[in-house]
Amino acid sequence: MSCSELNTEAIERRRRWLSLLAKAPAPRLDSLWQALEPAPSYTILRQPEIGLIMLQGRISGTGAPFCAGEMTVTRAAVRLASGEVGFGYVGGRQAKQAEIVAVIDALGQRDDWRERLEAEIVAPLAREAEARHRLIAARAAATKVEFFTVAREAGT
Amino acid sequence: MYVAVKGGETAIAHSLDLIADRRRGDRGLAELTLEQIDHQLGLAVDRVMTEGSCYDRRLAALAIKQARGDLIEAIFLLRAYRTTLPRFGDSQPLDTAKMVPERRISAAFKDVPGGQVLGPTYDYTHRLLDFSLAIAADRPEAPTAPADTARTLPHVGDILAREGLLEPPPATPDGRPDDLTRQPLSLPADRPLRLQNLARGDEGFLLALGYSTQRGYGNNHPFVGEIRYGHVPVAFLPEELGFAIEIAEIDVTECDMVNQFAGSQDVPPQFTRGYGLTFGHAERKAIAMALVDRALRARELAESADSPAQDEEFVLAHSDNVEASGFVQHLKLPHYVDFQSELVVVRALRADVEARRQRAAEERAVLGQAAE
Repeated sequence: MSCSELNTEAIERRRRWLSLLAKAPAPRLDSLWQALEPAPSYTILRQPEIGLIMLQGRISGTGAPFCAGEMTVTRAAVRLASGEVGFGYVGGRQAKQAEIVAVIDALGQRDDWRERLEAEIVAPLAREAEARHRLIAARAAATKVEFFTVAREAGT
Repeated sequence: MYVAVKGGETAIAHSLDLIADRRRGDRGLAELTLEQIDHQLGLAVDRVMTEGSCYDRRLAALAIKQARGDLIEAIFLLRAYRTTLPRFGDSQPLDTAKMVPERRISAAFKDVPGGQVLGPTYDYTHRLLDFSLAIAADRPEAPTAPADTARTLPHVGDILAREGLLEPPPATPDGRPDDLTRQPLSLPADRPLRLQNLARGDEGFLLALGYSTQRGYGNNHPFVGEIRYGHVPVAFLPEELGFAIEIAEIDVTECDMVNQFAGSQDVPPQFTRGYGLTFGHAERKAIAMALVDRALRARELAESADSPAQDEEFVLAHSDNVEASGFVQHLKLPHYVDFQSELVVVRALRADVEARRQRAAEERAVLGQAAE
């Protein structure tokens, strides 16, 4: 495997992890994180900071972008003793979650942590996110209209 | 001479205490939690986020609690809070085709792919007060049915657009769209800027304007091509990462309105579109926004523009309820000096009128005596 392929694969994994971790309910991520032993040591590069991003929509869903309104975001950055730097960006005002996400992002760059984190944190969160979506879809599906045609024959 | 007057500090402090007391209400009742407001008054939270132009359910719930349910006051509080935060950047444009929908209907096409999914709607309720809600009780969970979660829902508009019957949405211009929070509104405004203004605009104002277009003040024969409400991922590209990640999932409502259009010199007859997008579940607002968006395109489509909803300056300058409420309500604040100066003028005018009246009466009396 070439270096760039490895790199693409690493980016793809980080993208997947960071997205799942950010979208997880904060208390759930926290409890999975607390269950992890031993607690890794790290230093904080950027204290969790709350800010805004401007959400863009598209005209008619697919056209030119416009500013639809802002949302709150929390970001943090950490460094492991071994040097890896991790970043956390999560929607809402979630200082703790942003920090945990940043640490997991940093640890995920280490071969000795990656599999464990995948099995004990990322995979369960992915399953739970899917289950949430399935429940939403199933409840919506129960409200789907089944049309039937009432034909009235002439003269009867 | 004018003498500056100070005072009222104690009265103001005690007024704040009184409002806090009223906010808490009867101490024998449990205090409202933000979670209760978010979960049980969710549509109020949605409106405050939309018009406060800031997606944060907990902040909106806090604002509603602080404002004692006065949603426009809550919107003001949220707008004020957002000014204290730094801006990290822009999201990538929301892809509403990726929505996990709770509701998706079309009033124009019966057989849309994916079907008519009603979701949680008041449309088919009888609007009879439900007295069973007056007492707390266990409520059943909503029913479920088998669903295909792998399939995404295509936009209804895209299906018609393929035939050329429906105008395609305007293509992406170069660069970022203008942003009202960065530079003040300048007229004429392009469509992205108008949409930002309408997205933040007061629901009641846009509802009335949308209604006026239906009643004939700039009618453009609308059909709801599609309304969808559900959960959309937010993608953001942090500079330090160099690749985009999803940072949240938010609820939005989208309305794609389809309008009759006879065509012009350059364009054959086809359907045109208006667009509405809100945070949370806010269909009334999304539909009204789409109607007004379309009405404001009158000049672009070479239609006559003589109704209020088609008047860009009128609509965009009066849509914001924080500005409107501030200017209307400032009338309550002390205007003692302004009024005193007006008082002086009116007294002088009255004295003048009275003097003239008296002079005229005296002259009449003199003339009367002379005639005798």
